[in-house]
Amino acid sequence: MDIATLAFSALYQFGDAFAFLVLSACGLAVIFGMMGVINLAHGEFIMCGAYVTASTAHVGLPLPLAILSGAIVAALVGALVELVVIRHLYDRPLDTIVATWGLSLIATQGTLIMVGSTMAGVGTPFGSFQVGAYSYSIYRLVLFASALGVLGGLYALFNWTRFGVLARATIQVPHMAAALGVDTRLIYSLTFACGAGLAGLAGGLYAPTMTLVPTMGATFIMEAFVTVVIGGADVFLGTAPAGAVLAVVKSGLTSWQGQLFGQIGLLVAVIIVVRILPKGISGFLLRERT
Amino acid sequence: MTRSVLRGLRAVALTGTLVLAAGAAFAADPIKLGVLEDQSGDFAAATIGKVHAIQLATEEINKAGGIAGRPIELVTYDTQSDNTRYQEFMRRVLQRDKVDVVFAGFSSASREAYRPIVDQFNGFAFYNNQYEGGVCDGHMIVTGAVPEQQFSTLIPYMMEKYGKNVYTLAADYNFGQISAEWVRKIVKENGGKMAGEEFIPLGVSQFSQSIQNIQKAKPDFVVTLLVGTAQASYYEQAASANVNLPMASSVNVGQGYEHKRFKPPSLKDMYVTTNYIEEIDSPTSKAFFAKFKAKFPSEPYVNQEAENSYLAVYLYKQMVERAKSTKREDIRKVIAAGDVCMDAPEGKVCIDPKSQHMSHTIYLAKVGADHSISFPKVWEDIKPYWLGDVGCDLTKKDPMAQYTPSNPPPKP
Repeated sequence: MDIATLAFSALYQFGDAFAFLVLSACGLAVIFGMMGVINLAHGEFIMCGAYVTASTAHVGLPLPLAILSGAIVAALVGALVELVVIRHLYDRPLDTIVATWGLSLIATQGTLIMVGSTMAGVGTPFGSFQVGAYSYSIYRLVLFASALGVLGGLYALFNWTRFGVLARATIQVPHMAAALGVDTRLIYSLTFACGAGLAGLAGGLYAPTMTLVPTMGATFIMEAFVTVVIGGADVFLGTAPAGAVLAVVKSGLTSWQGQLFGQIGLLVAVIIVVRILPKGISGFLLRERT
Repeated sequence: MTRSVLRGLRAVALTGTLVLAAGAAFAADPIKLGVLEDQSGDFAAATIGKVHAIQLATEEINKAGGIAGRPIELVTYDTQSDNTRYQEFMRRVLQRDKVDVVFAGFSSASREAYRPIVDQFNGFAFYNNQYEGGVCDGHMIVTGAVPEQQFSTLIPYMMEKYGKNVYTLAADYNFGQISAEWVRKIVKENGGKMAGEEFIPLGVSQFSQSIQNIQKAKPDFVVTLLVGTAQASYYEQAASANVNLPMASSVNVGQGYEHKRFKPPSLKDMYVTTNYIEEIDSPTSKAFFAKFKAKFPSEPYVNQEAENSYLAVYLYKQMVERAKSTKREDIRKVIAAGDVCMDAPEGKVCIDPKSQHMSHTIYLAKVGADHSISFPKVWEDIKPYWLGDVGCDLTKKDPMAQYTPSNPPPKP
């Protein structure tokens, strides 16, 4: 086996792990990393996106539009959840854990009762390609590109738009932002909905590759929290490098010793990073810059 | 007059109804059957049908007069795919609800979690699920298929048809580990070799690296022993990466009906040994399927474990009626006679007195490119012989243990 094949396979596996970590974590990075709401219902926003994507695709909507509709519905649900529950708990972070955990139980069981124990898949588009002895799924490259796109989009949103500036201002010093005439309630709502929508987008993007069941959100949760905890508060400077570091750890260990070690590696990486960099990678990067 | 007389009359009437009610209850004191199955959580897709099958059999039996004139009363709890829930509810049905028998468990982890509690409280449990085999416990009756029924048939067939290089991809808990040991043993006995093995933690859903490991090992076929809905994502991902290898399994299709859930052709060339699936085209199977669909029209699939659960209720009825008792000791005397058999939807089944496991008709189901099922081969009346051969004999001694090929019963 030649070097180029090996290098490509390592890169592909890295990209695949990176995409999964980043896409699972982006929504949570906004809701937990930025806003500080420990959202245990994150997986259920992902499930919501996946279910909407699959149902609309079954009806005949083209897959990209179906994924988009999944993200939009998840964002709307997020806005509603913020309005009804989360809004009243911003200064009670521990209570949000209980509230969002309850929401996640209701969402999982409600889906099971209303939609049934499984939903038919939609099939992965695009087929495969061959490099050396291995064949790869093209859709996995699409996922990698989507992860990069989402990161770029988030960077632009929070740094270059008026909404992004207001959102950061509101979350850093809410009273000052309010005194300057910002409708902080609206900004909180929109930011939460944005996080929920990103979770829905992740669900929609992974829907064609996975089994669709009410509990599917749980398979994203560990990766999402690990990435956000390692990344720290900044959505772009945290999630992107955390995703990269963890993807190297995960794909390296998995190819060397199998999935179990990949999972162990992720958790050990969290323990080490939290011990050395309590504010995550973004805390470290930002402190160095100032 | 009126008030006191009325009161007296009411008292008489009340006592009368009470006496009558007590009399009726005595004549038809229900037999309590505990049902602990996962109706939510990761395993729910494969196990909700088991609860429905038990309800179907109970309804039929109660309509026909119950067990020896006594109706069956179900005491059902949702164990939520959670082992600690099994332990809680097993204690509850045995201690508080005082059930006569318990039908419990999907995953082998859950069975091993509740089995010591059944032993401790001297309960009586049916495990209506295929599994990795080896449970030699007088408190348990296993109606599911075991490795000598599923692997001793499947693996040699696959090796002859596709080649002798075998790769195992298994769930990383007792079921997957012990089943993989069986595969290893049978592959070696048939002159093949293991191209590789990987164990996947439950709940993992991303398989890119595992797929590449398989391609690197270049096996002739892959034995997939993946459990739970998360792990089922493998098929879609392997198909989209064009792995294109035949697959063999003892758990897929027959439990999780993956061929119905995923878009064709992701399960193309999957071979499964199962004692029942709804596609089996025999009169008894069709009749069972029709009854099931009549009662549960929205049931997505009638799987192997639904049939095991259904026939288990009838087996229990037969044993209680023959023993004229619901006591475990009396029922085991009936089992020891060696002729507890019935005509199940799959065909004739019998309980083996040595291991209290069941003989089965084993169907080799092949999934086609369009996800249709064909049956290239059927093995009739395969006995659960392994435990008896290595020295488990529950008619003589009850070790309440689980054995594996590398950990057989101690020689006397």
